[in-house]
Amino acid sequence: MSPLLEARGMSRSFGGVQAVRDMSLDVERGTITGLIGPNGAGKSTLFNLLSGVIRADAGEVRLKGQDITRLAPWRRARLGLIRTFQLAREFQRMTVLENLMLAPQAQLGERFWPIFLRPGAVRAQEAEVYRRACEVMEIATLTHLRDDYAGDLSGGQKKLLELARTLMIDCDLILLDEPGAGVNPALMNTLTEMIRRLNREHGKTFLIVEHDMDMIAQLCDPVVVMTQGSLLTKGSFDELRRHPEVIEAYLGRVADA
Amino acid sequence: MSAYLVSMGTFVGFFMILALALNLQWGITGMVNFGIAGFYALGAYTSGLLSAKLGVPVGLAIPAACLAGLVMGAAVALLSVRLREDFLAIVTLGVGEVIRLIVLNEDQITEGPRGLRIEARPFGEMIGPDLYPLFYLGLVAACVLLTYAVCEAIRRAPMGRTLRAIREDDVVAEVLGKNVLLHRVQIFAVGGFFMGLAGALYAHYVQNISPEVFMPVVAMFIWMSVIVGGAGNNRGILLGAGAVMVFLEGTRFVGDFTDALDAEKMSALRIIAIGLLLIVTLRLRPRGLLPERKFKAPSD
Repeated sequence: MSPLLEARGMSRSFGGVQAVRDMSLDVERGTITGLIGPNGAGKSTLFNLLSGVIRADAGEVRLKGQDITRLAPWRRARLGLIRTFQLAREFQRMTVLENLMLAPQAQLGERFWPIFLRPGAVRAQEAEVYRRACEVMEIATLTHLRDDYAGDLSGGQKKLLELARTLMIDCDLILLDEPGAGVNPALMNTLTEMIRRLNREHGKTFLIVEHDMDMIAQLCDPVVVMTQGSLLTKGSFDELRRHPEVIEAYLGRVADA
Repeated sequence: MSAYLVSMGTFVGFFMILALALNLQWGITGMVNFGIAGFYALGAYTSGLLSAKLGVPVGLAIPAACLAGLVMGAAVALLSVRLREDFLAIVTLGVGEVIRLIVLNEDQITEGPRGLRIEARPFGEMIGPDLYPLFYLGLVAACVLLTYAVCEAIRRAPMGRTLRAIREDDVVAEVLGKNVLLHRVQIFAVGGFFMGLAGALYAHYVQNISPEVFMPVVAMFIWMSVIVGGAGNNRGILLGAGAVMVFLEGTRFVGDFTDALDAEKMSALRIIAIGLLLIVTLRLRPRGLLPERKFKAPSD
């Protein structure tokens, strides 16, 4: 069976800077794949290419075998690819509950005519979405913040909300851009635990960019290492920890003797 | 005096429809529209020309004006939707002026600055001249209610939630699977529809329209109505439109109490009064008289 997500020969430059160069990557179904690399390695750009937020200069992305290279971000989301952002981007002046209720795809009441012609069906679906949101808030330990504006949450709570939002969606693959950044240690455990649960119990596949190596070590297998816009190597975290090229990429070259 | 109040009420109605439409576009969806006067003019001239020059019955001319606004709204949104927000502002301002200048200069068709005379009025033959202003006030009020009902239904529906998400962060809405482009075009079109309606109602009310009415300053009054009333809150919009109109008109009477001000000074004073209203509101109630309400969960 083909991998859930396949990226082949992705390239993108900004002006004269080649941010991503001939990068290829597979994410196998059911895995929590880690993506690491020093700052400026092109991880975030790769995320933007995979989710369609920016267009690739070259390369091809396939999701479940289907070519999605030219699809708009919302179409990729409808096919089951959801992402989060490095700095949690919440809908600030919407409550936690609304942030969650927003997420389900292609709701009947998002279309113009059904609002007026099929109000009963819209209401029924809305009740269902509400029930689901309550469950998700329970899982994500956000119930007590239900009516707070998302903009008023702490950094860690926002990350949690972002993750919870993906739970509202029938997606297969979730791209997390530094889920641990700026999260306090206590909340970090909740977050790690939630990712693991989503993976094991809900069958979600993850691709995670993270600088916190504890989190990578706990969650991710395999781990992909990027440097200077390209693939360096791939393997289990333990293998990579002893990999001379990985150490060099992170620490710089030791002066030649 | 009562005739004056009826006429003022009718004008408040035009303002309310325009402000509700702008609230849908900007207050809820976050799309800037400085071309309101253009949409207003398009509605007025579409309906006016169809009935005055082609003899189309009012019952068809007014819906045609709404349709013209709808198409124009969709077109402007499609043309500029990939631009950043500030560029949309410039484009809409430009479109508004283009429409006004076409009306001004294509005077073989529009009569230009001479003004277009429109005889036809809704139910004009059936209702006597004494009662007609009151009837028209009722008609406009019904249209305000219709606009309010549609805007409020959209706001409360899941669609309103998605529109507010687009306002807050369009990139995040997009990666969550929302068709941002479609929603923006749709909302700009619906807003255009109602602005066209307001224009048509205006045209058949005053029965003599000319381009100088549709200066960009009209857009400013509508923007103030939305900001003062409370962007995102449809009831606030009705209140805001009323408040701005009372200020605009109320300052007329100040002249009656004092000899120190001639007509010219008075008209300047009115603009100052409006500016003052805006500043005071923004100082005391930065989100408007009736701010956007927080979402309340359905009772469990």
